Amino acid sequence: MSDQTADRALDRVLTEPLPPPGAAASRKRFAVLADAARLARTRIGLAIVAVLVLIALGGPLIAPHSPTEFIAIPNSPPSGDALFGADALGRDVWSRFLHGGSSVLWLAVASTILGMVVGTVVGLIAAYSRNWLDDLLMRTNDVLLAFPQIIFVLLAVSALGPKLWLIVLTVGLTHAPRVARVMRGAALEVVERDFIKSAEVVGEKRWRIVFGELLPNVTSPLLVETGLRMTYSIGLVAGISFLGFGLQPPTADWGLMINENRLSITVQAWAVMLPVIAIGLLTVGTNLITDGISRALIGLDRKGGE
Amino acid sequence: MSPKLVLRRIGLGLLTLWLVSLLIFAATLALPGDAAQAILGREATPERVAALRAQLNLDEPVVSQYVKWLGGILTGDLGESAATQAPVSELLSSRVGDSLFLVLVSALVAIPLSILVGVWTAMRRDRPVDHVVSTGSLILASLPEFVIGIALILVFATGVIQLFPAVSLLGPDQRAWDDPQVVVLPAATLVLAVVPYVSRIMRGSMVEVLESEYVTMAGLKGLSRRTVIWRHAVPNAIVPAIQVIALQLAYLAGGVVVVEFVFSYPGIGAALVEAVGNRDMPVVQAVTMLAAGIYVGLNLLADVATILVTPKLRTAGR
Repeated sequence: MSDQTADRALDRVLTEPLPPPGAAASRKRFAVLADAARLARTRIGLAIVAVLVLIALGGPLIAPHSPTEFIAIPNSPPSGDALFGADALGRDVWSRFLHGGSSVLWLAVASTILGMVVGTVVGLIAAYSRNWLDDLLMRTNDVLLAFPQIIFVLLAVSALGPKLWLIVLTVGLTHAPRVARVMRGAALEVVERDFIKSAEVVGEKRWRIVFGELLPNVTSPLLVETGLRMTYSIGLVAGISFLGFGLQPPTADWGLMINENRLSITVQAWAVMLPVIAIGLLTVGTNLITDGISRALIGLDRKGGE
Repeated sequence: MSPKLVLRRIGLGLLTLWLVSLLIFAATLALPGDAAQAILGREATPERVAALRAQLNLDEPVVSQYVKWLGGILTGDLGESAATQAPVSELLSSRVGDSLFLVLVSALVAIPLSILVGVWTAMRRDRPVDHVVSTGSLILASLPEFVIGIALILVFATGVIQLFPAVSLLGPDQRAWDDPQVVVLPAATLVLAVVPYVSRIMRGSMVEVLESEYVTMAGLKGLSRRTVIWRHAVPNAIVPAIQVIALQLAYLAGGVVVVEFVFSYPGIGAALVEAVGNRDMPVVQAVTMLAAGIYVGLNLLADVATILVTPKLRTAGR
């Protein structure tokens, strides 16, 4: 109860309730993914994400123009030379779109990884130690949880300026306490089990118990949490660029494109629509995959619980 | 035990806010080089830099800088904006009203709507409507707020249908409630962002209640379906949703930032974005402190409400 339970996510709400940790034990770990891949929603999600990743990574290779080259009158409509017209400064919308996805992707992936690693380590150590260290870690969590994520990022940017490493760091660090809470909750039940105690009796080192015994038994919540964090990372990272504090002009970036062209939305909607649709589809795709995995976990749990 | 648990929770909230204030204060320390110079930029006159140095008490030890800053926050003296040199409290006072109005309108629509959607889908569990709504919620919940907001602009404010203004322009002395049209799309964005979460919880808890014996009993007694649902089932099903509702209101403290920027809505969120761009630290610190205060306060309220409505927790020790 004393947790600042405040994630908007209330993360579990939209995904199905998690099975008890360890239900999908080591051998079955990859069976979960295979099971998830059989669900229609996971497949749709995978297809969407695959197409967008392909556009983001391969786009620059097929872009007809340079993303920073002025090729037409600002806000000119689609033509033979510019498939989706020109943006507010007269650059090719299609080429900027093709160049603008990779930054969103790598920033989101990097901050998700950072948040998951820090959050999981903190959560597992807190669950395993269960003493003053647990208290200290969880209280620190509470402080970080007292900020809506975007506000924390903006506070950091106001002090240090719009730096990409800062965005990865702050988005990742604001994920971490939320991840830690989930992972600690999942690990608490595992800590009580006999195999942890026997590992202690045998005299295994504590870090080996945490990462060799505890971690493999909380992979299910770990998978779901990773998917969830990826979805939020994409929204946050793109949102920060949209506010003008991410990638800086004249770089091509989906979030920045929306910012640059939003005032001319009535005359040249494509320059806003393409990146908005891409970001929206990407988050829907990652969330569908996450939902598929959590559903597969429940199915597996039923079978395994015989 | 109940008051003790509540007091403990309030104490934790205050402790958290104090630590948060340290963190927000530390942001000025993180500024590269001389804080006043960093805020004002290279073109600033030496007089302005000196004035800001004095305002931030930069010549004093860090601890006394912090104490004076915190004292200012607590007594409502938020200092002067580094960008406009107007008092921060003056700058924010009208904007706070507009933001609160936006949040209030969104909450007043979102809460009843999500309860209705939750009840409605729970009563049609596993029928096509339920599946459609749950897929729709999953999609809506995935989308970042600015994507929802811009989609609404594209549909309702540009091109074929021009029902509402794309930009929430207000005159200098106008407030949001003088021209309610400007609130429609920003509020709709927040509503669409909140409803999936609350309705989902409401549906789950309603499904559970509908399967309970007392609901069956009420039906067997011959009460009308409507009475059973609205008088017996819903009041019980709402309890677990209370905390989620409070958490979603807390989320709005962060959610308004991006949404206000999307619609150029003249609230504190848009002010924060502007201040971050200008490195206007006094404004940034005031707004982040306010947002954290609201966030922590609503979370506190959520926990206290849960403690009060949960018999088990009302009597629990820890």
